[in-house]
This record gives sequence, C-alpha cells and structure tokens, in this order.
Amino acid sequence: MIKRTFPAVRRVLSPGVRYFSGRDTTEDVCDGTDSPHDTKQASLYVHWPYCLRRCSYCSFNKYIAREDNSHIMTQCFQRETETLLQLSQVSSITSVFFGGGTPSLAHPSTVAAILEAVSKHVNLFDKAEITLEVNPTPVGMSKLKDFCHAGVNRVSIGVQSLQDDDLIFLGRDHSCHQALQTIEEARRLCPGRVSIDVMFGRPRQSIESWENELSELLKVCDDHVSLYQLTLERGTQLFKQVQRGEVAVPGDDVTAEMYQCARRTLHQHGFLQYEVSNFARHNAVSHHNMSYWKGRQYIGVGPGAHGRFVPLGEGGVVREARIQTLEPDVWIREVQQRGHGTRRRIQLHHLDVRLEEVLVMGMRTTEGINHKHWELFSPQLGLHEVFGKSNDVQELLQSGQLILDDRSLRCSWDGLAVLDSILPALLVELETKILQRRQRNHSSDGQTEQASSPR
Amino acid sequence: MSLFLVKRWCATPLLRRVLQFKLYRRKIQNYNTTYTLLRHPWLKRLPAFSSSFRLASTQTDKETIDLSKFPVDRIRNFCIIAHIDHGKSTLADRLLEITGAIAKTEKNKQVLDKLQVERERGITVKAQTASLLYNHQGQQYLLNLIDTPGHVDFSYEVSRSISACQGVLLIVDANQGIQAQTMANFYLAFEAQLSIIPVINKIDLKNADPETVESQIEKAFDIPRAECIRISAKLGTNVENVLQAVVDRIPPPPVSTDGPFKALVFDSSFDHYRGVVANIAVFGGRVRRGDKIVSAHLGKAYEVNELGLLRPEEHPTQKLFAGQVGYIIAGMKDVKEAQIGDTLYLQEQPVEALPGFKRAKAMVFAGIYPMDQSEYPGLRSAIERLTLNDSSVTVQRDSSMALGAGWRLGFLGLLHMEVFNQRLEQEYNASVIVTAPTVPYKAILSSAKLIKEHGSEEITIVNPAQFPDRSVVSEYLEPMVLGTILAPDTYIGKIMTLCLTRRAVQKNMVYIDDQRVMIKYLFPLNEIIVDFYDLLKSLSSGYASFDYEIAGYQAADLIKLDILLNGRPVEELTTIVHTDRAYSTGKAVCERLKDSIPRQLFEIAIQAVIGSKVIARETIKAYRKNVLAKCYGGDITRKMKLLKRQAEGKKKMRRIGNVEVPKDAFINVLKRKDK
Repeated sequence: MIKRTFPAVRRVLSPGVRYFSGRDTTEDVCDGTDSPHDTKQASLYVHWPYCLRRCSYCSFNKYIAREDNSHIMTQCFQRETETLLQLSQVSSITSVFFGGGTPSLAHPSTVAAILEAVSKHVNLFDKAEITLEVNPTPVGMSKLKDFCHAGVNRVSIGVQSLQDDDLIFLGRDHSCHQALQTIEEARRLCPGRVSIDVMFGRPRQSIESWENELSELLKVCDDHVSLYQLTLERGTQLFKQVQRGEVAVPGDDVTAEMYQCARRTLHQHGFLQYEVSNFARHNAVSHHNMSYWKGRQYIGVGPGAHGRFVPLGEGGVVREARIQTLEPDVWIREVQQRGHGTRRRIQLHHLDVRLEEVLVMGMRTTEGINHKHWELFSPQLGLHEVFGKSNDVQELLQSGQLILDDRSLRCSWDGLAVLDSILPALLVELETKILQRRQRNHSSDGQTEQASSPR
Repeated sequence: MSLFLVKRWCATPLLRRVLQFKLYRRKIQNYNTTYTLLRHPWLKRLPAFSSSFRLASTQTDKETIDLSKFPVDRIRNFCIIAHIDHGKSTLADRLLEITGAIAKTEKNKQVLDKLQVERERGITVKAQTASLLYNHQGQQYLLNLIDTPGHVDFSYEVSRSISACQGVLLIVDANQGIQAQTMANFYLAFEAQLSIIPVINKIDLKNADPETVESQIEKAFDIPRAECIRISAKLGTNVENVLQAVVDRIPPPPVSTDGPFKALVFDSSFDHYRGVVANIAVFGGRVRRGDKIVSAHLGKAYEVNELGLLRPEEHPTQKLFAGQVGYIIAGMKDVKEAQIGDTLYLQEQPVEALPGFKRAKAMVFAGIYPMDQSEYPGLRSAIERLTLNDSSVTVQRDSSMALGAGWRLGFLGLLHMEVFNQRLEQEYNASVIVTAPTVPYKAILSSAKLIKEHGSEEITIVNPAQFPDRSVVSEYLEPMVLGTILAPDTYIGKIMTLCLTRRAVQKNMVYIDDQRVMIKYLFPLNEIIVDFYDLLKSLSSGYASFDYEIAGYQAADLIKLDILLNGRPVEELTTIVHTDRAYSTGKAVCERLKDSIPRQLFEIAIQAVIGSKVIARETIKAYRKNVLAKCYGGDITRKMKLLKRQAEGKKKMRRIGNVEVPKDAFINVLKRKDK
C-alpha cells in the first residue's frame, strides 16, 4: 500500500526531480515484457469533454461547459478510474494521456486526483509518461506549472497554425504569439517532452505558406511534432461552408505535396517519422500512442472515451472494445450510480478481429509489424504465410510500396503516404488466409470425428 | 390503292371528304410512309347488316343485360384519341357517368386508367374497354368505348383498339391546340378510314381559344369547323352532344349475326386465378358459355368458361353477338395463347382467319440488372409477371461481368421503356439498374462463309459483341424514324439546329396556323432515344411537342468503339456508334469513367479506340497520399469499419488487368442519365 501511493505522493511533492530524470526514459517501459496475452498492464486515456468554444472543423465529443462542475467531474473521474482498474485487474499503468475536449481547462487538482486514484490501486511507474493536451491560451499557459506539479511530464500543444487569420477562421481561441509563448514555457517546464500539433490542408493554404510555417515552427519546437491534415467532418461548420462553396480547401494533389514536403523538411531537421503523423527527434516518441499501435491494452475514462482490455475482474477472458457514455451529464449520473459509464461493450472474440487491428495499427508505424510481434497474436500463421504468396501483395512489393523481409512487414517511405490504399488489400488477404485455415481445420476435425464415431 | 378505296367508299359523304384530304396529303408527302397499322378488309366493306334482325331472347339470368335487345344497327364501336393530357381519360369518365356505367362522384378521376403509372403520368398504357348503354330518341344503344393509349410508342395498342372501331373522338386541348401526337393519332384513324369526330376540350380554361383550334383542325385535317364539338370534360359541358354524335355520325359495325362465329382478339391480360382474359370484338355469329372454340393461330381448342361485357368492370353474360365487344375466358394459360390479332372460331364451324396484325417490333433495347445479385430471383419474377400482361416486351437473358446476371429487354419505344421500369419499381418494389438504351442495327454480310453461318445475308445486331467486322460486311444499316415536331415558329431556328446535330433530314414544314409550325424530319432512331426529347422541350420552353414513327432502315457508317483501361478492353463498355458520333461518345465515356473510378496506386489510362486508333483519352493520376491523420483517444473502431468496408468493396470490384473498377463506375457509364 505504501509502495503504491508513494510515487503519486512523490510526484506531488517533488515534481522537479521527475523532469530531469524523465529525459532518460526514452525507452518504452514495457518493451520486452510486452505480450498481447499480458493483461497485467494497460495505458490510461482520460477524456475531458469540455471546450470553451467550438472549432469550426472539430467533430469530436466535446461540450461547452455551462457551469463549473469540476468538483463532481473530479469525483467521477476518480470513481470510474478505480472501477475500470479493478475490472481490468491490471497491476500497472504504463502511461496516462489527458485528451479532450480541452483538458487544459481542467483544474490541475483534477489531474492530480486522477493520478492519485491510479497510484492508489495500481503501480504507476515513476517513469511513466503522463501527457496533457494543452490549448496555447494565456490561461492554459499559466496553469502549466501546476499541471506539472500534479504529475504531468509531457505536454502536447495544439498549435495548429502560425497564421492568426487561420486561427480565427478555424475558431481557435489562441493567437500565434500565444502559441509561441506557450511552447517556450512548456519547454522550460518539460524539456524534451513537448509535442506540437500542426494542421495542414487548411482553407486558402498554399504549399509555399506551409513551407514557411514549417520552418518557423522548426525554430521554436521541441523534439516532437504531430502533423495532421484537416479533414472535413460531416456536421461541422466548416463542412457546411465547403459544401455551400463559400470556402475552398486545397485539392488532393496539393495536400499530398504538403505532406511530402513536411516529411522531407522534418527529416532534414533530424526528426524521424515513426508513424503516419508523428515525428520525433532524440527518440522522444510518444509511448502512450505507441502502445495503441502495438495493440496493447488501454483503459478509457471519461465521457466518450474508448478502451480495449480484458475485464478479468468479472471473470472475462476476451478483450473488449469499450465505449463510455458520450454526454457528460449522463456519464456523471451513470458513474455516480454504478461506478462507471461504459455504454457499449463489444467482445473482440475472433482472432481475425484482433489481427485486423494489429495489422491496421501496426502498419501505421515506420517499423511496421515485426515477426515476433505478429507471432504473439498469430502463433500459427506467420506474416510470410499470410502475405507472401498473394498477387496483390506481390504487386505492392514489386512497386516498392511495401516491404516484407526478415525483419518485418512495413511500408516504404512512399508506401506510408498511401497506406489507406494498401490496407484493404492486406485485409482481404488476411481474411482469406484465416478462412482457408479454418476450413482446413474443420475438414480435418470432421475426419477425426468420423473415424472415432461410435457405431 | 387510293383509287381502289375511292370506289369502295364513295357512297359515304363523310368518308369521301376525308379521302380527298388524304389524296392531298399524299401529294405533299414525297416519302414513303410506313404506318404500322393493317386493316381488316371486312371492315372496309359497306355496312351490310340486317336492321330487322332480332334474336330470340335466351336470357336466363335476369341480372345480366339482354344483349339480344341490341340489333347491330344500335351498336357503335368507338375510341378516343388525343395528345397526352388533352383530357381523354376525363372525357371517358364523363361518358361512363352519363350512361350510368359508374356512379357520379368526385372520385371518378380517370377510371379507365388502372395502373398507378398511368394516373401519375396522365397517360394510358393498357387499352381499357367499356360498354355503355345510352338512350337516344327513345332507343337504347350499346356504345362500346375502347380507351386507347395516348402515346405513339403504343401505336400498336392504338391500332388494336382502332381495328375494332368504326369511329374515333379526336380530342384537342382548346388551350394547346394540335400537338404532335394529335397528328400521329389522326393519321392512324384516318388510315383506318374511321369516322372522325373532332372534340375541343377544356373550353372552361381561361386561355381557351376554341376558334383557333377549330381553324387548325380545318387546316390540318380538312374537317369543317362546324363538325367540332366544344366541351369541358371536367365540368361535363356538352358531353351529351358527344354521345349523340357517336350515335349519329359513327356507322354501326358492318357485321352479321348470321353465319359462323368469328372474333378478333384485340387485347389480352393475365389473371392469376382465371388465366388469360382475352378482349374480343365479335365479327360474326355468336358465342356462348360452354362453346368449344379454336384459336386460328395455334389451332388449339378451348372451352368458353366465362364471357361478358366490360362496363368497365367485367359483367358476365350468357352470350356475345356479332358487333359486340367484350371479354372471354377459355382456360388459356399464357398470354401467348391469346395473341393480339388472332381469330377465334367455333370448333365445328371453322372460318378463314382474319389477317393477323403486324407483330409489334421492339425498337429500343436496354439492359436490366438487379442492384444486387441476391435480388435476381425477385426481379425475375417481377419481370415475368409484368410481361405476362405486356406481350410487346421482348425478354432475353443477358449477363455482364460487371453487373452480373440480368436481362436485355426490347421495348416499343422510350416511353414504353420508362413506363415498364416505373412499373417494375412501383408495383414490384424492385430496384434495378437500367442501362442506356440502344437500337437494333443490321449488317448486310458480304462473306459467303458468314452468310452460310447465319443462314441469311442480313443480320440484326443487338449486342455490340456480335458486331461483324467491316471487312466481311457490304453495308451496315440503322433504324430510322419519321419524327413530327410541332412548335411555335419562334423556336424553329433552334429546333432545326438541334435536329441537324442529330443527323436528321428535314422532310417538310407546314404552318398549321399563324404561329404554329409542323416540321417532319427523318431521324436515325439512335439519335432520339436518349435525350432528344428533353432538349427539345427545354429549348422551346416546353412548347414543342414531338412524336415519331418507325421508318425502316437506312445505310449508315457504323463502327465499333472500344474502351481500354491501361490497354485492356472493357467488354461491357463496347458500343456501336455512327462515325460522326465516335469522338463525342468516346470522350463522354472516358470522362464519366474518370469521374467514377477511384484513384489507385498507379496511373490509369482510359482510352476510347476504334480498331487500333485512340480517339479519346483521360488519365487518372496515381494516389500520392491516401492516409488518414491521427487516431484520437484510441477510437479505432470507426477507422476499422471504414477499412473493412473498403476491403469488402475490393472483393466485389471488377478487375480489368490491374485496374479495379467499382460497379458504380459501370453504372455511371452505362445507365441512362438522370433527367
């Protein structure tokens, strides 16, 4: 018990120690012990559902808070965390990620309380990565220090753009200047553990302005960059504007060029791409996100959060995809009534469902899926057996978009940019091979049965 | 032929006048007309019935109408012909009400239009028949109204109806005046030498101008304006006069109840419980329940189970007599056993068959495929059920690599096709892919070997895959139509330009009044089957009307157009086109394909080729980026779903070489464009 609570207490008391030691923990804490059947560990995702305002492009589960309910929210987060930890029976949490919404609107004490709840029940490694998404507003920046005191040791800043016009148009509540200040402050507090989110494919954006923006960012950024393309989501204000022809977004060829240009530029500045939209220097990868791509267990807490773990606590043996209730008020009521707000549970019974996720997630990384990793999920059907003989895959290998060698199955530099065109072919192949195998097993089962059937 | 007719008909003043007009028309028409209607010679004979003939009453059922009360001279057979929406069915409703065939209620809207599509489109597809009882000057008359389809696609159906009539009511809208279909219908009636009673309808409308319409009728049809009856079918104004005119101006059927029974089948339908219901016009003698009858065409014998009048509902009687029109049920299992134009007679009294009608020829073909192959059996039974009642649709099984198993159906014309498809969707709830319509081409073979193979020098090509190479053909032929366009003269310039682009040859041009012009063009059928009518309507602000009739085949410079994807031909997109059209068609197909084939990991060349010559090309560039940015908060469910759907779709794609083509792309290229 003392052991368990100790890290949290220490974190609150002496956060400074962690930052300096944190610099060394570039290695994934659970590497080596990783196993899909290892249900002892999980990462934790905490969803803060509130925003100050609605960004014109955003279709996530977020709400504009009507009143300050941080006290109730804190209680509920703690309660749900405890319930789900118990349900999962994990003994340790490898990383925590506070996303949203705008989690930097939460009170730092809420973050501390959640981390405390985790530490109270399971082992939260001292070195564990604790990430907070931050909106680069003056308020967000002023609270950074307290968040770090609460235990946060990695910050992901939603810079999005360095153009004030664009920030206004997209409905963001910060300016370019504020973003730069926030980056500076975050780097001071969490050196080497600051990530920035940048968006391309914005309305009116040109390749040239994107290049300029990137070089500006590279001057100020830390060791991690997340790039993403603005996608038009049904139901957003931007979607309607584009539909009505009021706003034009860059065409496919332009965004393709923007993506390639960013990859080249970041590479030249020492940033290694380790996933479709993530780049790190000095090995400052996000361990939390890595665990998604590796198909590890994760627990989702908060309205609309997603999780994937085996509910050992109620005798479960199958991994479940779990989704929490979307609407905060309803979620609060449910957590208060029954300890958690899980709305949907889908049992990931079949091996093929698990394998499909492993494939889709794993291929997003530049290292791809290595044979050992694949074997953990699919001991009977190796990567070569599944993909080695397919015509479609052969074409992809020959065109140099896909690589299958002694190391792994992975995309080439060019292939990664067209992953969504490659995956359907791989999924079809996987399905076919699993089906063939099942039929073979069935027919051999049938023979055995016949042979041994009593007269 | 005309002289021959003069001799026969000069005794009848009305018809003599019509004939003069006919001679006049012949002079100005220097091309060969190809009216599809054939007439039965006996109809041309002068009435030779005995008015004093009376039948002994054999009535056993008091409820049924005593048909013996109607000597032939108190029977009139007539139909109503009109341009679409000029009020034919509304007039029919009023006639039914006045004669008590149906109760007079507000709901009587187009009682004879039984099909949903008929009511929706304001057209009549299946001819319906009603016998009306009408008292005139103390005498009761039996008036047989045979309702006809309003569109010339159904001219075959119109001709069936007309062959059983001696007169027609030619309705013209007092507001719109004579339209293209008024002309076409007039000629049908005129060729059949029927008495024509012009009726000007909708005189209650604000902009009604019966004066002008009367002069149009005088000018175009050479019928004195005094003979026009001005009515409002909607309000019932003067409708009584129409009935009187039917009695006074239309001659009774020239038949005799003496002699052997002889009847013409002019329509048939199928009833699931009772089998085939044939509509017949009795041309001689009588028939009763239990009689053994024979169909001249098949030589098969049947026993009459039920017969009667149509009022318009079936009204069983014991007998039908010469001059009457009614229905007969005789244990026939298939509409093909009651062929339109067939003759029925008594087994013990064989007669010479009436000359059969010309078989309706399918002129517009289209592929019909289920949206999903699992819907194939349902669609098959829907098509079977629909064709049970529409013997003019030809059905051929067909299959396409892209669209799966389906059918190639032949229709009389465009409207016929649309009506059929609409009925498929509405009455059988079937969702179907309908390919763009094509026409039957012909080729005159020059290779002796091929001639031997086909058994004839001339072959008809419906499927482009069977298109013979130029080297073995002396001539290709394409079907032609004679189109009639009526429009205000202000639009004539635009209309002529449109027709020129459709390879049309102008045949004549006549003013039918101060402003309205009638132009006749010889068109290749292929040029009008897709969008001609829509364009004509839009460039004339809806004022032009169009109609056409089949006008034989003409030599044409035809070629086969292939579509290639990265050098590999796409079988289902091969088409036969006129040389002048090759470029525009090829370009259009390439463009449509470009819009509907998703980008792939390599560049795709779409080419339209004739032989080895590329005439159009589009390129789909390779994907440079196709990957979604980050997955938030571990929500991978949505992404997985999307990818799984793509993987499923991939399995269903048609592969041409290494190019994957979704079914939608074929549908977009092959289907008719939405209007």
